[in-house]
Amino acid sequence: MSKGKVWKYGDDVNTDVIYAGKYTYQQLQPEEMAAHALEDLDPGFAKAVKPGDVIVAGKNFGCGSSREQAAACLRAAGVQAVVAESFARIYFRNAINLGLPVLQCAEAVDQLKSGNDVEIDFAGGKILSGGRVFTFPPLPESVIGILAAGGLLEWTKKKLNIK
Amino acid sequence: MGLTFSEKVLSRKAGRTVRAGDVITVAPDYYLSHDNSSAIIGEFKKLGLKKVVAPGKIVIVLDHIVPAADEKYAQNHKVIREFVAEQGIPNFYDIQAGVCHQVFSEASFALPGRVIMGSDSHTTTYGAFGAFSAGIGRTETASLWATDEIWLRVPETLRIELSGKPPHGVYAKDIILKIIGDLGADRANYEAVEFAGPAAADLSLASRMVLTNMAAEMGAKNGYFEPDDKTLEWLRARAKGDYEIVRSDPDATYEAILEYDVTALEPQIACPHTVDNVKPVTAVAGKTFDQALIGTCTNGRLEDLEVAARIFKGKKIHPRVRTLILPASREVYLDALKKGLIEIFLEAGCVMLNPGCGPCLGAHEGILAPGEVVVGTSNRNFKGRMGGRDSEIYLASPATVAASALEGKITDPRMYL
Repeated sequence: MSKGKVWKYGDDVNTDVIYAGKYTYQQLQPEEMAAHALEDLDPGFAKAVKPGDVIVAGKNFGCGSSREQAAACLRAAGVQAVVAESFARIYFRNAINLGLPVLQCAEAVDQLKSGNDVEIDFAGGKILSGGRVFTFPPLPESVIGILAAGGLLEWTKKKLNIK
Repeated sequence: MGLTFSEKVLSRKAGRTVRAGDVITVAPDYYLSHDNSSAIIGEFKKLGLKKVVAPGKIVIVLDHIVPAADEKYAQNHKVIREFVAEQGIPNFYDIQAGVCHQVFSEASFALPGRVIMGSDSHTTTYGAFGAFSAGIGRTETASLWATDEIWLRVPETLRIELSGKPPHGVYAKDIILKIIGDLGADRANYEAVEFAGPAAADLSLASRMVLTNMAAEMGAKNGYFEPDDKTLEWLRARAKGDYEIVRSDPDATYEAILEYDVTALEPQIACPHTVDNVKPVTAVAGKTFDQALIGTCTNGRLEDLEVAARIFKGKKIHPRVRTLILPASREVYLDALKKGLIEIFLEAGCVMLNPGCGPCLGAHEGILAPGEVVVGTSNRNFKGRMGGRDSEIYLASPATVAASALEGKITDPRMYL
C-alpha cells in the first residue's frame, strides 16, 4: 500500500481541463504530460502533486473527449488512483487500459477532503484515511485481466504470444 | 422478451443472444481514427507486429489539425501517410476531405446494423444511420489493429420519444440542447440513447446526426435512429456494401422511456462551462461576444450553412465580431459553393475555414485570447477548450449563431427568419 494526499474536485471534471486539446496532438513524453495535468482546473496541481497522491472527485469524472492522455498524464504525475462517484465511459476504459486504477466509492467522495492522508488497499478493496475505512466494489472481471497484465498492450501481447 | 437495437446488433456479432450488462468480445466492422493515428501507430509498434490484421477495416481521416499548423503536426501526418502506404490501408482520407464523422458518413461506412469503433468521442454520430458506433481510446485502437477484437459491455437503452412539430426558428440543435440541459451530462453514461417518435422521423439525416453526435455529451455509448425511407434514400446513392437494418423489438426492455414534445420549444443555448448548462436564448440575449463559429461535425452540413446564409444574405457581420465558417466536409463546401452560399458568407464579412475540426478543440484556426467569448455551433464548451483559460464558449444552433453575429450580441434568431 502506498500513501498519499487527497486532491478533491467536483462533478463533471472533463478531459479538456485534465489535459488540454492543444497538447493532445503533440506527442509529449510522460514527464511533459505530467507538467500539464489538470492545468485548466487547478493550475497548482502539477507542481505540487507527489507520487502516491489520490484524486477524489464527484460524478462523471473524465467526461468529454476520448483522449487517453487525460489518464496517462495523471499516471505520469504519480497519481496512484482516481476515486470518484462515477466515471465517464471512455475515460474508464482508457484508465484501465493504461493501468490507472479508477475506483467508484461515493462514501469516500462524500467524506474525504483535500489534503487528507489516504492509503489504498487494492487487493482488499479498501480506502483508508484517518481511521476511516471506505470499501469499493471489485472491478468487473473483464477488466481485471487487463489490469493484471499491466495494461491493454501487455494483455494484447500475451494474447498474441508476443514476447 | 424482445431486444433493443443494441442488444440485437451485439447478439449478432457475439453469435448468441446477449442482453444489457453482458460483456462480450466482438470483431467490429470498422475502426476509425484521425490525427491521433500517429499515436496509435506508436502504440501498435510497441507490440512488435509487422502487419495490422485487417487493413480493410481501418478508416483514417486527417481532420484535427489540417493543414498541419506546425512542424510537429506535420511530422504526425507524415508518419500516418507512411504507415498507410506500408500497411496497404485502402480507406485513407488526407487533409482535403473534412471532419472524420462527416467523411465517414458520406463515404457510407456508416451503414445500418454495422458495429463501428472510433478513437474519437463523437463516434456516436453514426447511430443516425442505424449503426452501432462508440468511442474508444488510442491504445484500444492499436489493440484492434493487432487483434480485430474488443470487449464491450452491452449497454442499457434510454429511449427518447420526440413528438410535435418544432416551431419556426427551432432546430435539431435546440432539441438536443434542451434534452441535455434537462437530463445532465451523465444521464446516459454507459447507455445507448434511442431517438424515436414522429418528431424524430421528421428530422433530416443531417439533423439526426446533430442528436447522435451530441448524445456523447450526455455520456452515451452510442445513439440510434431507426432507419426509414430517408435513410434508404441516402444509402441508395452511396452504400458500397450490403447492410441489414436492425430495429428494436416492440417489447424490448428500456432503462427508461422519456417523452419530449417539441411544439413549444424555444431556441436554446449552452452557457459556459458545461454542455448541460442550457438556457433559452432569450435568457442570455444581449450578451456581447468576440467570435462566432458556424460549422463543425455537429452543425457544418448543407442545411446548417443554408440557414446561416439565409440570415446573412445582403447583411454585414457586426464589426466587433469575427465570424468563422467551417464546413464539415469538402462535399458540403462544394455544395454550398454551387448554391452561392459562400459568396453570401464572404460578402457578409465571414472567414471561410477549410473543412476539418478547426478551432473546436483549441489547437489552431481561431483560438481565443484570455477573456474572449465565442458563440458557436460546436458540441463542447468546456473551460479553456478553445483557447485562454478564462475564455467562454456558448453553444447554439446555426440560426442563433448567425443572428447573433449580425447583432454583435446573443440574439434570438426568430426575428431573422
